[in-house]
Amino acid sequence: MRARQGARRGCAAVLGAVAIAAPLLAACGSDSGGAALHFYTPADGATQYAQAAQDCTKAAGGRYRVEQVTLPRQADDQRLQLARRIVGGDPTIDILGMDVTWTAEFAEAGWIRPFPPDAAAEIRNGTLKAAYQTGTWKNQLFAAPLNTNTQLLWYRSDLVPGGKPPKTWDELIAIAGRLAAQHRPSWIEAQGSQYEGLTVWFNSLLASAGGQIVADDGTVPLGAGRSGAAAAKALQIIHAVATAPGADPSLSQRDEGTNRLAMESGKAAFMVNYPFVLAGIKENGGGSFLDGNGNPTTQNTGRKVQDVFRWAPYPAVDPGTPGRSTIGGINLAVSSTSRHPQQAVEAVECLRNRANQLRNAIDGGVPPTLESLYTDPAFQREYPAWQAIKQSLDTASVRPKSPAYQSISIVLSALLNPPGEIKPAATRAELVDQVQRAVNSEGLVP
Amino acid sequence: MTSTADAPAQQASPSAAPGRTVRTAGAAAERRLAFLLCTPAVVIMLAVTAYPIGYAIWLSLLRYDLRFPQRQEFVGLANYAAVLSDGYWWSAFGVTVGLTLVSVAIELALGLALALIMHRTLVGRGLVRTLVLIPYGIVTVAAAFSWNYAWTPGTGYLANLLPDGSAPLTDQIPALGIVVLAEVWKTTPFMALLLLAGLALVPDDLLRAAQVDGAGPWQRLTRIILPMMKPAILVALLFRTLDAFRIFDNIYVLTKGDNGTGSVSILGYDNLFKAFNLGVGSAISILIFLCVALIAFLFIKLFGTAAPGSDLEGRR
Repeated sequence: MRARQGARRGCAAVLGAVAIAAPLLAACGSDSGGAALHFYTPADGATQYAQAAQDCTKAAGGRYRVEQVTLPRQADDQRLQLARRIVGGDPTIDILGMDVTWTAEFAEAGWIRPFPPDAAAEIRNGTLKAAYQTGTWKNQLFAAPLNTNTQLLWYRSDLVPGGKPPKTWDELIAIAGRLAAQHRPSWIEAQGSQYEGLTVWFNSLLASAGGQIVADDGTVPLGAGRSGAAAAKALQIIHAVATAPGADPSLSQRDEGTNRLAMESGKAAFMVNYPFVLAGIKENGGGSFLDGNGNPTTQNTGRKVQDVFRWAPYPAVDPGTPGRSTIGGINLAVSSTSRHPQQAVEAVECLRNRANQLRNAIDGGVPPTLESLYTDPAFQREYPAWQAIKQSLDTASVRPKSPAYQSISIVLSALLNPPGEIKPAATRAELVDQVQRAVNSEGLVP
Repeated sequence: MTSTADAPAQQASPSAAPGRTVRTAGAAAERRLAFLLCTPAVVIMLAVTAYPIGYAIWLSLLRYDLRFPQRQEFVGLANYAAVLSDGYWWSAFGVTVGLTLVSVAIELALGLALALIMHRTLVGRGLVRTLVLIPYGIVTVAAAFSWNYAWTPGTGYLANLLPDGSAPLTDQIPALGIVVLAEVWKTTPFMALLLLAGLALVPDDLLRAAQVDGAGPWQRLTRIILPMMKPAILVALLFRTLDAFRIFDNIYVLTKGDNGTGSVSILGYDNLFKAFNLGVGSAISILIFLCVALIAFLFIKLFGTAAPGSDLEGRR
């Protein structure tokens, strides 16, 4: 009796185990279409990434399947989810769509694998130099560039002398001052809110002046020497943009989206922002109507902001040296927990191929990292500003490479906000101290 | 005399002894059974509370940053020193204490008023209670999101009442005001409910007697109702103060702690989940835990609040 009961129980247990394990076994599915590679991407552009995953599955001819999985919309939430799951050893993460600023952190922590030298060489070939730079850490490629992004100077041709864009920040501030005196639109729009965008603005100015936030040896050189002088100049420009006569009173709360709306409202004369603003102003019906003086009006004057909306390369700090906008974008990396690293590298090469990058550029609105696409007529049609974008990318700067980048950016944006209250000398001393502590991962982040 | 007096006692004791030992044996068995029955609960409590707390204490003594796995080492109390010597901790602490004091004070006043209304309502008492309790039944995060939208220019009916161009959630003081408003709106019903239970303790006879003696409504409130309700008020204050000190969800949704609106819990979250610094983050968590323990201790020892589970009279 007892034995039979035991046998029955054992049988039930086996059945139960089979029932639980069956879907898992099917999920492994080595028989149906090769290794399953899970491709985690940001929510923005997920449609295009899913299409690329399908195309690459087809192209693989059964060696692997790429399954696109969508991460949250906010970069912080994406990073948190990926980091937590990889630290927890989740083997279902194979390919990561990563923000360009995460490379050092993920590589140093051992969350992503370096690409094999031959694959890295192949990826380097034909890729924009600055974009490739964002994927490297300690001279190894950890993340293959997929998309990139860069800021341009957007201006109102009716408000600048001779319709010609200013070349430096000093010129920009001088023109805005004169416009304010004439009671014409004079705001200079930049990212002044307390977030990553403010760090990017500071980094662009600093790089344009020949400085860097973190040196290769991990020290923070903002206190003295060339980077020190550049930092002083960058702080002085941010402060001037926020406090000059006719400055935007809400600058300390502006991000890319509200910058664009301020420009469309007709109250701003200049803006540094990403190329999406060009499509944006079209979507919004060309912006506000303008009167004879260039001021916004509710009357139908037949002339809108869009008619005088122009672009130029990112402004310089020193007249002879081109401005260096900070590069953005998404890179692809292979997780250290992946069970199929070889196939994953192969899939990464496919996911960032010419066809997929062109689709991301045209349907998703993100500039490609393959240099040859910039001469493609289909790309040029979609991006009227392609020449300025290419020029900006050629001179672009990258954000500090440090595993502690996130902390660096948090303390930087906290110290620089509100921009109007920057005291160039005192703020610089504080920057050196706090950024160095962030680099060493000492102390707290606000 | 003593011997005769002792004798019956001595005689009585042997006869009582067997009964007593039987009782003690029974009691011991019952106690064993009680312990056995408690064991699963104790084991689960240890697993889900004692272990994580112990682990957090251990983590807080380490230099442990997820981004630098090789640089993990024991640093003693260095993380606590780093937190307590940092301006960010003290500004977050100030914000938290301020929020706690202001919101609990408003909740107490409003909650008492609501409790009196509910207590005195003659018709539709059930309806009034239901209406008052609705905010407490709404998920905090959902409510916080609707406050967020309401106060965001462009999407919000409340922001549109303000002068053009004002974004109250982006300035420290207005944003903290909105956090207090959201907290008060949400938790006043809880306060009112606890105080209502306290109101039931006030005998009607006493109030009527006072009325006959010529005590006005205000005198009856301050001289009779409030003193009689003191245990209930202190319990309500204790619960709300502990909750308010740990405020996280409203701030997280409304401002993310930007522009100087972060509480100590937000600071702990940012250091754990944005900076991935487990050592410093755990130290912050332990410090919050100690603050909460201190608040509870002060309430129970100084004000004589009845601890949950003890007799309602409280101890001094």
